[in-house]
Amino acid sequence: MRLKTFPGGIHPHDQKHYSKSATIRKYPTPNRVIIHLSQHIGAPSSPIVEVGESVLKGQVIAEPSGFVSLMQHASISGKVSKIGKFMHPTGAMSTAIEITSDGLDQMVALDDNENFMELPVESMKERIANAGICGMGGAGFPSHVKLSPPADKPIDVVVLNGVECEPYLTSDYRLMLERAEDILHGLRVIMKVTGAKKGMIGIEANKPDAIALMENLCAGRKDLEVVALKLQYPQGAEKQLIFAATGRKVPAGGLPMAVGVVVQNVGTAVAIYEAIRYQKPLIERVISVTGSVVRKPQNFLAPIGTLYSELVEACDGTSAPIGKAISGGPMMGFALPSLDAAMTKGSSGLVLMNKHEARSMEEHTCLRCARCVDICPMNLMPSMIANAVKYNDLDMAVKAGLNDCIKCGSCAYVCPAHIRLVQWIDTGKIRFAEAQRKK
Amino acid sequence: MNSNEKLIVSPAPHVHDRSTVKNVMWNVVLALIPALIFATYYWGFRALLLSLTGAVTAVVCEAIIQKLRKIPVTVHDGSAFLTGLLLAFNIHAGAPIWLPIIGATFAIAIGKQVFGGLGNNPVNPALLGRAFLLASWPTQMTAGWVAVKNSAISGLNDLSRIANNLSELSPKAYELVTSATPLNVAKTLRDTTFVSEINAQAGGIDLGGRIFGSLTEMETLKSLFWGNIGGCIGEVSAFALLLGAVYLLYKNIIEWRIPLFYIGTVFVLSFIFGGIPGSGTSVMLPFFHIFSGGLMLGAFFMATDYTTTPLTKKGRIIFGIGCGLLTIVIRLVGGYPEGVSYSILFMNVLTPLIDRLTLPKAFGKVKK
Repeated sequence: MRLKTFPGGIHPHDQKHYSKSATIRKYPTPNRVIIHLSQHIGAPSSPIVEVGESVLKGQVIAEPSGFVSLMQHASISGKVSKIGKFMHPTGAMSTAIEITSDGLDQMVALDDNENFMELPVESMKERIANAGICGMGGAGFPSHVKLSPPADKPIDVVVLNGVECEPYLTSDYRLMLERAEDILHGLRVIMKVTGAKKGMIGIEANKPDAIALMENLCAGRKDLEVVALKLQYPQGAEKQLIFAATGRKVPAGGLPMAVGVVVQNVGTAVAIYEAIRYQKPLIERVISVTGSVVRKPQNFLAPIGTLYSELVEACDGTSAPIGKAISGGPMMGFALPSLDAAMTKGSSGLVLMNKHEARSMEEHTCLRCARCVDICPMNLMPSMIANAVKYNDLDMAVKAGLNDCIKCGSCAYVCPAHIRLVQWIDTGKIRFAEAQRKK
Repeated sequence: MNSNEKLIVSPAPHVHDRSTVKNVMWNVVLALIPALIFATYYWGFRALLLSLTGAVTAVVCEAIIQKLRKIPVTVHDGSAFLTGLLLAFNIHAGAPIWLPIIGATFAIAIGKQVFGGLGNNPVNPALLGRAFLLASWPTQMTAGWVAVKNSAISGLNDLSRIANNLSELSPKAYELVTSATPLNVAKTLRDTTFVSEINAQAGGIDLGGRIFGSLTEMETLKSLFWGNIGGCIGEVSAFALLLGAVYLLYKNIIEWRIPLFYIGTVFVLSFIFGGIPGSGTSVMLPFFHIFSGGLMLGAFFMATDYTTTPLTKKGRIIFGIGCGLLTIVIRLVGGYPEGVSYSILFMNVLTPLIDRLTLPKAFGKVKK
């Protein structure tokens, strides 16, 4: 079978072997959780609870502060013990609500609507918004916003992202093996909400069992298609996935809806299904805790807000000193200063590397070897952007592609001079935004 | 676990293919070893001696300059060694030993370090060194070519293929085929006065046409391919150079666009324009041109130099075509028999302009 793909990209070792055979384990109720107010793209949520207040599991504790914002729920029952700064999975300090468990794990009443597909679109959207769902693949765009495209942008294809192209991570893979039917329920809901006639599931070729299972379940359904994709990073990046699956190119600077496509992560699809059928808010997710120093790598179904340090302990700890702790995958994830961060709705994995794997390499001057140019999946000039930013020539940086960069990190991965290309491009983006504001 | 452990915090990505500058440079040196072995086989120990002299001089020179500049000495990265080796590859095996010493010193000092070192030089340092030597010591650079295995330098080993007793028939023609490189022979035969002179000497037979025809005979092409001809050390054998080139392409160290379009352009243009009056062209003529002189060395090892060639994919195609065009212009109508090094140097200078004019459209950008 011919595998679909996109132009450019790299082939890092997938490192999935650590955790790919660990079935999803329900993580026991933690003593405390930290619910961040910024778990998504958009305005931070505003807290509606006060310190000392008792909350039930699933109760709303923060409300959206704008259209592109999100509702947040308590992921355990207990008392609000603090509202203050806590470590975010990006490594920065950010405002969050701390809940200390009462040990009861009491949940708000849920619904069970077997005829959930009969619900009108408007109430489906309402349930998705009320469940506080955002994209769970990493970027965290609020789903109710994504699923409400303007009337002049009809959607005809929904693509579910089961690519999981980041090395190490296996949370989506396990979910596809263990919750395949729920994913398809979610897909059907998203298709109904957006009015799309076609649903696709993109899965990378290193997960043949997930591809086979999905194909089995989709057999005979003309509106559903499983797309087997070549093992190539960043296959799961939105624009690359859309191109590989549908052949459509999202215009530069545009959104997928410009070509009639909506992309959702497979985990998000399950959350959406649970929100529609049970009115269950997004209070837990699957997270891979993996890497060479983790004694027993796991895929946990853990409450949002669980501390990373606790997750590592639940894997029997580490077998060697940690060199680097990465929140997310190693290509786009964040290196944490400590394990005190709490997981958010976008936390797909925690990767612990040993000192040797984490060793940094000395930065050289650019050789102009053009490897970054050859592999850039967005067809940009990474080294040229970095150089222009270095010399504060923002016009040149923009010409070389500054604003089209998706920060996938492929350029830095292949750079023999070990130039921190993504960091330079990031700096450029910040400077560009500042310059725009001044205008 | 101990929460006081110091964790490394650095920007993404956190994995790398672990390629290094050092790895790249020494791999290119490795890819030149077959050519060095062939050169030593055909021209003797002196070829090896001159090559190593060039390489070592470059390394020493770079180390001294870096010490003087009070910056870290980086000669272990292999780039200076490579420059020195390539410089020596542009000198013939009969040259005096001080030639590569001066050339390599010039290449490193003026060609590279003056501009700030690796990654900053505008033109290929080895080629700049060669141009300097050719301008300053033209006699030493071009006289005294070493013939291989007691045969004619032009690779026309079996002269009876052209004419019995060529030396008696036309001393002038004999001198040409025994003392000049194949490209020199091809160029001289484009001179109609020269051709009519040797034809007259030979009593009216088309000697010029015969010699020209013999350049594209299988025997000659074989000699060119295996290196059984006269030339610079690194121009030795197309086979040995291709071996190294395949290795570099396989290791993803060089990219195919420049060599393909360079050699392709020479191939096509030499077929169209390469013939001589009276004899016309031949389907084998392109093969003569691509296996002759420094084209293989230039296309795979010099025109692919990272620093001095375009970053953009389109730019690399333009660069390759430009090099091919200039090479053919120089070979056929210029003042030198060979044009590889000057054409690459010229295109090196155009590189920043080419890059600016060929910036790619981002994925999804609408063509205007």
